[in-house]
Amino acid sequence: MNNAWLTVLKRDLLLALRRRSDVATTLFFFLIVSSLFPLGIGPEPAVLSSIAPGVLWVAALLAGMISLTRLFAADFEDGSLEQMLLAPQPLTLLVTAKVFAHWLVCGLPVVLLAPLIGLQYALPGDALLVLVWALLLGTPALSLIGAIGAALTLGVRGSGLLVALLVLPLYIPVLIFGAGAVAASQNGMSAQAHLSLLAACSLLALVLAPMATAAALKVSVE
Amino acid sequence: MSIHWFKYSSPQTFYPLAGKMIPWFAWLATIFLVAGLYISFAIAPTDFQQGEAYRIIFVHVPAAWMSMVIYIVMAAWAALGLALNARLSAMMAQALAPTGAIFTLLALVTGSLWGKPMWGAWWVWDARLTSELILLFLYLGFIALQSSIDDPRRADRAGALLALVGVVNVPIIYFSVKWWNTLHQGSSINMGAAPKMAMTMLTGMLLMALAFWMYTIAVALMRVRCIMLERERSSDWVKALSVGVKS
Repeated sequence: MNNAWLTVLKRDLLLALRRRSDVATTLFFFLIVSSLFPLGIGPEPAVLSSIAPGVLWVAALLAGMISLTRLFAADFEDGSLEQMLLAPQPLTLLVTAKVFAHWLVCGLPVVLLAPLIGLQYALPGDALLVLVWALLLGTPALSLIGAIGAALTLGVRGSGLLVALLVLPLYIPVLIFGAGAVAASQNGMSAQAHLSLLAACSLLALVLAPMATAAALKVSVE
Repeated sequence: MSIHWFKYSSPQTFYPLAGKMIPWFAWLATIFLVAGLYISFAIAPTDFQQGEAYRIIFVHVPAAWMSMVIYIVMAAWAALGLALNARLSAMMAQALAPTGAIFTLLALVTGSLWGKPMWGAWWVWDARLTSELILLFLYLGFIALQSSIDDPRRADRAGALLALVGVVNVPIIYFSVKWWNTLHQGSSINMGAAPKMAMTMLTGMLLMALAFWMYTIAVALMRVRCIMLERERSSDWVKALSVGVKS
């Protein structure tokens, strides 16, 4: 079982490496969206640092979301998804591997880039550290929940917009706790509670979301 | 004596039963509505703090209740449809969604009409308003997903899964939003504690809630009848029905 998990993970990472532009698109999207806000709002550091937690988290949500439609689409088109459904290994496990690969390719780069953009938003050092921790704990939940939406809308017309409609409301708790953690540290409070809740969201999603995704894939492929 | 539990789980037998039930629920809805509106607007005393404007809660609170209840009922039908692979359950879930969305919208609009004189703003980012807004998004997502999938069986199952995911998420969303910010007044009615409002106000509100319940059942049955006819248009019983109409 571990073998199958690793195989799927390696395969998806290899596919992502062969199409590096897809990874870059997500990252550039995150960069561009977060650079638009200072242009729209004005360059005062005080204003920017007060909106930074929310803006960076919303940009991370959107960046994670636009890459979701690619999660299963290629496998669906070339038929390898059907083989995964037929495989003796539990589909839930294979889904976890695919989602983990998606997070490594689309989530982790955003986490690593975020402190740089945080600097542009005049965030102090402590808050930058909390931002990285919050994104690291929260973005897995985004990939896991997003996978449900991606699986439900597989092969449906207008699936890109539909995914946004389905998934964004479910992202709200992660957004609240994630931005709350950074804001708490800016205000000199401990971010511990928010970070714990973020980790709880991710763990809960890790237990429930792959099952829902597997069920949704079965509905979509048959 | 054996009971045919599943007799009415087939569209063919449920269609005439629903037709017979609709007038009853529609009449009950009308009676409760007239009584409820009369008590709310003519008998209930004016609130000493909020004046006459508080009367909107007779629509607002039952609508907000219904918006949440319908989502749970919808998810329950969806789960039943998934578990038993029953067509009719999925159709019921589909029939309930628009009514739920309408009640959510009604709760939002009446809330904002009440908020203007009370809080001095049409919209406040407070926990309950925000979670009601998110509930509206969940309803819209459900409707959008179902309407964008052409194959009805797939639409049923995909919608059912989404409704279940939503039900798991609703409490999490509710508490996250609650901790995020709260300004809304406490619950109007608390289980366990003595009601703080006058008895007539409570009666009016409960009558309105009953009226909304009956209305929901009547409208959902009407809609499910249409869905049944549309989905089963090539079956013998629908053809027999349409022949009966023509002759």
